[in-house]
Amino acid sequence: MGEVLVYVDHVDGAVRKPTLELLTLARRIGEPVAVHLGAGADTAAPVLAEHGATRVLAADASEFADYLVVPKVDALEQAVTSVNPVAVLVPSSAEGKEIAARLAVRIGSGIITDAIDLEAGTEGPVATQSVFAAAFTTKSHITKGTPVITVKPNSATPEAAPAAGTVEQFAVTFSEGATGTKVVARTPRESTGRPELTEAAMVVSGGRGVGAAENFNIIEALADSLGAAVGASRAAVDAGWYPHSNQVGQTGKQVSPQLYIASGISGAIQHRAGMQTSKTIVAINKDAEAPIFDLVDYGVVGDLFEVVPQLTEEIKVRKG
Amino acid sequence: MSLRIVVCVKYVPDATGDRHFAEDLTTDRDAVDGLLSELDEYAVEQALQISEAADDAEITVLTVGPEDAKDALRKALSMGADKAVHVEDDALHGTDILGTSLVLAKAIEHVGYDLVVCGMASTDGTAGVVPAILAERLSVPQVTLLSEVKVEDGTVTGRRDGDAASEQLQASLPAVVSVTDQSGEARYPSFKGIMAAKKKPVESLDLSDLGIEAAEVGLAGAWSAVDEANERPARTAGTIVKDEGEGGKQLAAFLAERKFI
Ligand SMILES: Cc1cc2nc3c(=O)[nH]c(=O)nc-3n(C[C@H](O)[C@H](O)[C@H](O)COP(=O)(O)OP(=O)(O)OC[C@H]3O[C@@H](n4cnc5c(N)ncnc54)[C@H](O)[C@@H]3O)c2cc1C
Ligand SMILES: Nc1ncnc2c1ncn2[C@@H]1O[C@H](COP(=O)(O)O)[C@@H](O)[C@H]1O
Repeated sequence: MGEVLVYVDHVDGAVRKPTLELLTLARRIGEPVAVHLGAGADTAAPVLAEHGATRVLAADASEFADYLVVPKVDALEQAVTSVNPVAVLVPSSAEGKEIAARLAVRIGSGIITDAIDLEAGTEGPVATQSVFAAAFTTKSHITKGTPVITVKPNSATPEAAPAAGTVEQFAVTFSEGATGTKVVARTPRESTGRPELTEAAMVVSGGRGVGAAENFNIIEALADSLGAAVGASRAAVDAGWYPHSNQVGQTGKQVSPQLYIASGISGAIQHRAGMQTSKTIVAINKDAEAPIFDLVDYGVVGDLFEVVPQLTEEIKVRKG
Repeated sequence: MSLRIVVCVKYVPDATGDRHFAEDLTTDRDAVDGLLSELDEYAVEQALQISEAADDAEITVLTVGPEDAKDALRKALSMGADKAVHVEDDALHGTDILGTSLVLAKAIEHVGYDLVVCGMASTDGTAGVVPAILAERLSVPQVTLLSEVKVEDGTVTGRRDGDAASEQLQASLPAVVSVTDQSGEARYPSFKGIMAAKKKPVESLDLSDLGIEAAEVGLAGAWSAVDEANERPARTAGTIVKDEGEGGKQLAAFLAERKFI
């Protein structure tokens, strides 16, 4: 079995969950080798090792934070050249997809984006994708070069599989274009203390039916009673009731949690594109004809201002 | 000197239609009406605003797609773009992201450019990677996924709202930009705009005009292959109850039964 490069998504060495999912998937097609760029490789290494990384290739340079995307492509290209892997896996974040795409062009390889599953095949890894707003699933493989595949969060359950995880530092020679796009300022997103939307096991979303920004506290209270993340439809975001970073759908986040609760959301195709692969779907809507009810495992036709607070109370009672 | 802007626009099957795959597992473009990808309207809008702020600018809209894709160009022209380029060739059927981006890059070079503006993603393919690949192929800076963009004195600046942080970006022209649906509502074509669009030039190019071999594109030239496409099984009909005062409690009982509580 050959080695599989796994690009590590992290914040100063705190590894984000999708990377652990990738390590788990990588083991189906080869031996995972993690690529860690930026500060914190020593913090990340034990976690990566715990999940199956045999080696951790680490590079740190100020370019990674000061310039957009290209320095990371340079580093990954160098790692591909030295490892000669059977595949490269990258988490399907906005940045991850851009890095993967440019890498594919550089190394003369095909690319598959937004895979939701991965398995070994006779002609290399086979990726499952969910397309046309989750109306279809496809299976594809790469026909040229070293397969580069980006994988969506929540595509696998991270499994422990302890390996050596030896840290090997490497120095990156940056390309001419590396400093082309300067990051002149960066404002980190404020933490809400709630789970990350794309990684959460449960998501509670509100839409236009919530009616006002201040009413979102009803949605937040339900989310907190479950330990869930909070989402919003584009209508609620466009109205300025909730931040765009919480938007679920085609132009927001694509989520695939165990449980998705939609309140006051009609279920437009662009919203469904971001949540239709959720395992259990629940909706509260006062319109019995709302298309969201076509998707649900359980639906309540009613006023969310009555149903949601009662639900929150009942959850608290049941949890004691 | 005039600022040359090229806007890449894609003609896509209407997302609200019943989209399917054709026999050869490419997107069935006949079954559902096509239109200018809504997300590319934002690109046209930002190009128009950049052009209005510049002393002198010219906007070319570019599409790679079948005969009908002219509709997308026409719409962009009626919004206010100056001219259009349509790359159309039978050999393009089934072309993937890498092939499409190759054709776009050659066509952009053919037109000549200072700034390329793209949408954040196509509404059918949804990969959102063509702009980054164009920057790679053209060897110019990528300033992508912007919710705000400005061009001044040969410099493009913009705000990129990422997962972990909001970043302020800056690059020199020439550059490739992509804008999100947070960048500002696109204008509707005016009646005058629609009339004027009929007289604007649309240049048609095929692969040989761009010096691309048929084998580099199309289904056979693709870098990936779709082995199967299956309609997602319809979700089994769920339980739907009408709230008679106990709806919240009933829902809690369901969540408990599914072990979420
Ligand atoms: C290119 C493009 C991209 C898009 N991307 C996205 C995206 O990423 N995410 C997204 O969500 N949308 C997206 N949209 C918009 C999408 O088409 C819909 O307009 C949007 O999802 C509607 O949001 P909504 O369901 O909250 O509002 P509506 O469709 O207005 O639905 C509100 C619902 O609330 C119910 N309601 C009202 N009051 C109550 C009450 N008191 N109790 C219970 N129910 C109540 C109503 O019955 C109704 O069903 C996109 C559109 C386009 C064209
Ligand atoms: N066939 C095409 N013709 C013109 N522009 C395209 C085409 N495909 C993609 N684009 C551009 O690239 C952006 C991202 O597309 P994608 O990477 O396919 O999601 C779109 O919003 C368009 O601006």
